[in-house]
Amino acid sequence: MSKDPKACINCHIMQPQYDSWQKASHHTVATCVQCHLPHDFINKYISKSENGYNHSKAFTLQNFHEPIAITEKNSRILQQNCLECHNNMIENLTHGSTTDADATSCVKCHRSVGHGEPMGLGGPLRPDEKGGIEQ
Amino acid sequence: MSGASSKLGSKLGIAVIVLIVAVLSAGIAALMLNIFERKVEAKSPYIRLVEVTEADTDPEKWKANWPKQYDSYKKTSISTRTRFGGHGGSEALPEQKIERDPWLKRMFKGYAFSIDYRDRRGHAYMLEDQKQTERQTKPQSGSCLHCHASIMPLYKELGDGDEVVGFEESYKFSYKDLHQKLKDSGNNHPVSCVDCHSPETMELRVTRPGFIQGIQALAESDAPTPHLPSVEQWRDGPRSEPYQPNEDASRSEMRSYVCGQCHVEYYCGSNMKLTFPWGNGLKVEQVEEFWDDTTFSDGEQFFDYKHKETGANILKAQHPEFELWSQGIHARSGVACADCHMPYMRDGASKVSDHWVRSPLLNINRACQTCHRFSEDEIQQRVDAIQQRNFDLLQRAGAALMEQLDAINLAKEQGATDEDLKEALELQRKAQWRLDFIAAENSMGFHAPQEASRILGESIDYAWQGTSAAMNWKEVTSKTTIEGEETIQIEE
Repeated sequence: MSKDPKACINCHIMQPQYDSWQKASHHTVATCVQCHLPHDFINKYISKSENGYNHSKAFTLQNFHEPIAITEKNSRILQQNCLECHNNMIENLTHGSTTDADATSCVKCHRSVGHGEPMGLGGPLRPDEKGGIEQ
Repeated sequence: MSGASSKLGSKLGIAVIVLIVAVLSAGIAALMLNIFERKVEAKSPYIRLVEVTEADTDPEKWKANWPKQYDSYKKTSISTRTRFGGHGGSEALPEQKIERDPWLKRMFKGYAFSIDYRDRRGHAYMLEDQKQTERQTKPQSGSCLHCHASIMPLYKELGDGDEVVGFEESYKFSYKDLHQKLKDSGNNHPVSCVDCHSPETMELRVTRPGFIQGIQALAESDAPTPHLPSVEQWRDGPRSEPYQPNEDASRSEMRSYVCGQCHVEYYCGSNMKLTFPWGNGLKVEQVEEFWDDTTFSDGEQFFDYKHKETGANILKAQHPEFELWSQGIHARSGVACADCHMPYMRDGASKVSDHWVRSPLLNINRACQTCHRFSEDEIQQRVDAIQQRNFDLLQRAGAALMEQLDAINLAKEQGATDEDLKEALELQRKAQWRLDFIAAENSMGFHAPQEASRILGESIDYAWQGTSAAMNWKEVTSKTTIEGEETIQIEE
């Protein structure tokens, strides 16, 4: 029942997600549970048991769709957790708009904060990567 | 009576409890075993049971160490089909492309591709199909085996230990002779593990001398290569040693280089060694310029064949997938060939690169959805739209070229000489090179859609310029004469 992400991936088979989290901006400020579980005790344990059951069933039977995608319900939890930390700054923007069915969620645009850019290697060099020569 | 029945009942009860406990413990034990197995799987990606070396071209031997990769590699023998490519029928050989698109056949007149040119099959068939093609009724060069066989040990043998020397000798052999040598040396296998992996470390590496020489020439040029950062880094360095893909390239670049060893444009005839034409860059006109500046040993300008109807010196495009990919948005974003054509898949708890190399459209979830968060259906439709537009433009370019051939033939009937038609024939070479570049490339424009339509647009333009030049051959000739007379008059 640890909060350490290493404890999470011990059972949740999410090594790529763990790896990409380490390369994303939020790895210094947020762990798996801080974004993916409700913050109050009761809902947290309901969600833990629900995801625990789903994941163990999926991994034992090996019958899930890949790549794995966040469910509707977990997506709402995630959105709520963005707001809990960032609300002071963004409450004027989000007022009433994140609970609507067709609301735009934070990660729609800020997709890379949790798990980084889809491509970690490759792409053109930045000027500072070109042998230190300013271009 | 009731005593006996209650005794029986309690016995039954105990039996039921024992059964339930037994089933439960068996279930828990099975679950624990399953969890244990997965944990072990995740810890060690592979166990080396047998030693493999550079000489082991038979994938069967590698199978013992890497059974998962081997299993998916074997699947390349399954026939697959997408809307615009492949072979999924029950017939033994794929459909003839030249029967489906008659302009292809006419375009290749004078070249063996007008005899036999079929849809592709998987990697497993590369050697078999090459043996069987009716193009073999014309003598073919040993160069073909550079890509169709696991040939490095044979190159080593031919070059007395030096693979590059052996490679540079190989074009002098006929296909049949070199293939016989391949069989005698025990390396009669299509592309195999050792062609892309180091047997010691399993790291990706390139082996084909044609590619290494080509990419070194590209590095020496000043063509921008933003999609290949290690080339640009090498250019900024001291350049004391040639660019070495195996040492200088990133892992991500290697995931394209290994494919670029073969899925490219090259010359593979018997007049000179196998050549990758990248010395000016990878774009269609840069490759064209490279060929235009190349001469055979007798001093004649490079060409692949003379067109049977018009006599024009034609360039044949092979399958420039690596080149077209280089101009697209995926390359620019750092997406390698293997990211889409050999995406990672999960097998139990291990992450395996899918060696069933095939169209990403047959594997949309792993190939595309890792980056593109849309439904499979939506992604399929987006690709369809891109490919359909390319297909339509390709057909128009084919039709334009046929008009040009008709115009040249008509001019010849009217008595035009090769000299009168010089411009028209040069324009045919240009138009046909561009049309073939996109027709032979195996992504129906997807690897770089805007670049593909730019190339086809140019092809159509050159074909109509050529038509016009052929139709006006008399005017062109008489105009020069009149101008000549005027000059003489002024001098008088």
